Amino acid sequence: MAKIPVDELAITRAYGPHVSAKIRGAPGEEPERLVKTHCCFCGQQCGIQLKVRNEQVIGFEPWEEFPFNRGMLCPKGVKRYLQGSHPDRLLTALARDPSQSSGFRPIAYDEAIAKVAREIERLQETHGHGSVGVLGGASLTTEKTYLLGKFARVCLKTPFIDYNGRLCMVSAGAANKKAFGIDRTTNPWADMIGTEVIWLAGSNVAECSPITTNYVWQARERGAKVIVQDPRITPIARTCDLYLPVRPGRDAALFAGVLQLMIDNGWIDRDFIEAHTVGFDEVAKYCREWTPARTADVTGVPERSLRKAAELWGQAKSSFFFHARGIEHHSNGVQNALGTINLVLASGRLGKPNCGYGTIVGQANGQGGREHGMKCDQLPGWREITNPDHRKYIAGVWDIEEKDLPGPGVDAYELFRKIDAGEIKGLVSICFNPKVSLPDSDFVTRALEKLEFYVAIDFFLNDTARHADVVLPGSLHEEDEGTVTQVEGRVIKVNKAVECPGDARQDWRIVQDIARALGRPKGFTFDDPRAIFEELRVASKGGVADYSGITYEKIERQMGVFWPCYAEDPRTGKASPDHEGTPRLFAPDSYNPVAKGAGRFYFPDGKARFNVADYRTPADDVDEAYPLFLTTGRVVSQFLSGTQTRRIGPLVSQYPEPRIELHPRLAQKLGIADGEWTTCETRRGTITLKAMVVTTIRPDTIFIPYHWAGEKSANRLTVAAQDPISKIPQYKVCACRVRKADGAPSYASVLEPQQ
Amino acid sequence: MTVHQPLEFFVDPSRCIGCQSCVQACSECDTHRGESMIHLEFIDRGHSVQTVPMVCMHCEQPTCAEVCPADAIKRTADGVVQSARKPRCIACGNCVMACPFGVPELYIDRAIMMKCDMCYDRTSVGKRPMCATVCPSQALFFGTREQIEAIRPQSMPTNRFRFGEQVITTRVSVMVPRAPAPAPLLDVTAAMDERPANRTVRLNVIGAIDPLPDPFAEVEV
Ligand code: SF4
Ligand code: SF4
Ligand code: SF4
Repeated sequence: MAKIPVDELAITRAYGPHVSAKIRGAPGEEPERLVKTHCCFCGQQCGIQLKVRNEQVIGFEPWEEFPFNRGMLCPKGVKRYLQGSHPDRLLTALARDPSQSSGFRPIAYDEAIAKVAREIERLQETHGHGSVGVLGGASLTTEKTYLLGKFARVCLKTPFIDYNGRLCMVSAGAANKKAFGIDRTTNPWADMIGTEVIWLAGSNVAECSPITTNYVWQARERGAKVIVQDPRITPIARTCDLYLPVRPGRDAALFAGVLQLMIDNGWIDRDFIEAHTVGFDEVAKYCREWTPARTADVTGVPERSLRKAAELWGQAKSSFFFHARGIEHHSNGVQNALGTINLVLASGRLGKPNCGYGTIVGQANGQGGREHGMKCDQLPGWREITNPDHRKYIAGVWDIEEKDLPGPGVDAYELFRKIDAGEIKGLVSICFNPKVSLPDSDFVTRALEKLEFYVAIDFFLNDTARHADVVLPGSLHEEDEGTVTQVEGRVIKVNKAVECPGDARQDWRIVQDIARALGRPKGFTFDDPRAIFEELRVASKGGVADYSGITYEKIERQMGVFWPCYAEDPRTGKASPDHEGTPRLFAPDSYNPVAKGAGRFYFPDGKARFNVADYRTPADDVDEAYPLFLTTGRVVSQFLSGTQTRRIGPLVSQYPEPRIELHPRLAQKLGIADGEWTTCETRRGTITLKAMVVTTIRPDTIFIPYHWAGEKSANRLTVAAQDPISKIPQYKVCACRVRKADGAPSYASVLEPQQ
Repeated sequence: MTVHQPLEFFVDPSRCIGCQSCVQACSECDTHRGESMIHLEFIDRGHSVQTVPMVCMHCEQPTCAEVCPADAIKRTADGVVQSARKPRCIACGNCVMACPFGVPELYIDRAIMMKCDMCYDRTSVGKRPMCATVCPSQALFFGTREQIEAIRPQSMPTNRFRFGEQVITTRVSVMVPRAPAPAPLLDVTAAMDERPANRTVRLNVIGAIDPLPDPFAEVEV
């Protein structure tokens, strides 16, 4: 049913990606108003002002007062406004129609909603509630993620909801929860200025979180030493004080080896460990195996650098540790993140102004989107769906019987396995483009083709939505309001600049329209995002991610509110309308409702947990047949699966196509010159791209950015191995082989419309 | 309309991350007609990620203006060297050849030279130029001398440049490190152990010295 009815190029001609019609607003075109809001792309959530004229966004003006970025923007933020008034914008609902050359025909919105309801009803009547799954995304506002979680469980009564944060933050989230009992970066970024050491592990800050660069450089001006751990010399690594060229997939070993050196040299804070943590002895025992020689052998980082890292990190008085997808996208992702936390806990440097730890979120609402129930095992406020008390509380907020609340579902990839196995037959997706973003995309495509009914909500026809039976035209970021939580844990507000064009409407309205058409409108009659937020405040109250004290007004007044922010002081139980939030976690005198004064961390005894961070060889490691490591990531001008950024002309020109980065030594051995067509093969697939020969990558590793679809999609190659705890896929390493291509690939002769 | 005097432009290429935000934002400035006036140079991408942004340095005695046969390039009283004046410019390209910093560019289609004018429409009303406002690394900084001295203790601004016999003083400053900077990382292999541990055995012929054994010699490809 969900096989693409016509060839992909025909759909591309009709629905894009085309590049934006405009390059920029016309000169002298004065805006009628400026709307203060945020960038729609990465987790930094830069403040920006959109220029609006005639119900169109015509440009931007930096918002220099917003404290996080002070007007700074990366190229995506600068050109984000060009996604509006776009020729590819979906202005009507679509129904698949094989007789059309484009594969789809526009239909009336109400008719589309009725069809969606009919199909969901049919599937659920025949195969049960669990035959329909829901996929959401972490670019949605927190209000929408909350509503979607509620929609799946209360309206569709299915346990099967998950989201694309599964591909992003979950390893860090799981590790944070295990170690601290709370999942948030510990300090505002401004705390970095004045710190002695910054360790960046697997974080291409310059390209993936560009604004953070200025904070790092500014800390360096004040004397901070910068350590970068990455298989590539990224722009932030170019002038760092210590570069650790780790072999892909070996991060946990590196952390264990460095911790061992710290222990050997007495560079750990025994008093802190004794007073505020548990579990150090087991970790110390584990680390004993990790002698410098063995660590160097496994990680590919020379002993001298390991010693230097231990010395810099161990002896510092203040420090920050940051990591990102580079160490998290692994079948060992949670262990890698736990390894970093062990280094931080052993140093005792937490809860102070220049001391912090954090994971740098990738998606717009990577933080907020993972807190309020869009995850398969979670209820709002970071509550657990398996915890009877949590279930009872949320069932109360939602006015349903606790027994009617479904149990835990499965992660996004497992959801596709269930589709493949025929257990899930219907899919509702929004803000997710798994055909490009999930590993082993041939498998994902096969699964999509097995769906009996698939409805996608989106503003552009993304690559996955091409398989849909019905497409509902959703809202662009600038067409709706709501909150998101950015990289520092600061809840901020996205503001509406323009109305939805044509039949398009706000996503939360669409979800409620489906609920109504299903005859299950109860709990889905919100009039605006504010009303959803008010319910979310109640639902999150008492959870670890407590938003109860946050209001739209407070966000505006303070330019953001760091959660937890309590409506009632947890110490006294008295109303605390002026609680300003919690910019810095784990301060010595801090009080949290879990520890109830027993300590700073979010466990009943108030103590942080050391966890043995066990190194395991990555799944699909190199061997004789596939001797090279493949690692994937981003470029600065593109974002995620490119649904938006591959449609913005100036961003397309900046980096038009993916290339294979490889070291000259490897290139020489393979007889490949810069710019030549090169084929990369893994056990799953093959792609042919142009080579980019650079000395800035390990000679045993190649890098391919993942933002493109079809023949250029890096995820045809990646492996669907997942971390056993977080279920994050292992994007950052798999075994591959590379050779000079037999010739130009077939796609090179058929240009896509945007090229 | 003048650029508020104490506000100056400082460029620190060592901070640049090559993101091209400046390039993308420059084209948004109203006076630039959709073109970007800033140049971002990749020094040698094959061997480094180093990039260098180049704005107009706004010389005290602009060579471009001196060589212009049509007297089309004006330096305003506040020290900003403007793009060519439309009615005067004959698109001869003298300025393009003469500028020691390689800043002016000829737009053949509209028969005019255009160059960075420090976002005159913005700076003359107290705003910062587009590029320096958005630059995520603040390799481009617009502010007062006191500010830059306070926030950049590791480097100092300089605005005198020598090109052969010619000495040029500019309104824009470049940040120069106070102490010799450590060498930037160019090749990953320099940070890796050169000797493969226990993975291959190499028997060198006596007398043949192999100064750089290739640690990846054993990687089968
Ligand atoms: S993509 Fe991220 S860094 Fe770039 S402007 Fe948007 S929020 Fe800021
Ligand atoms: S191109 Fe125009 S501005 Fe430049 S020298 Fe010639 S006439 Fe003067
Ligand atoms: S915006 Fe700044 S960091 Fe980015 S390329 Fe331009 S000068 Fe370099």
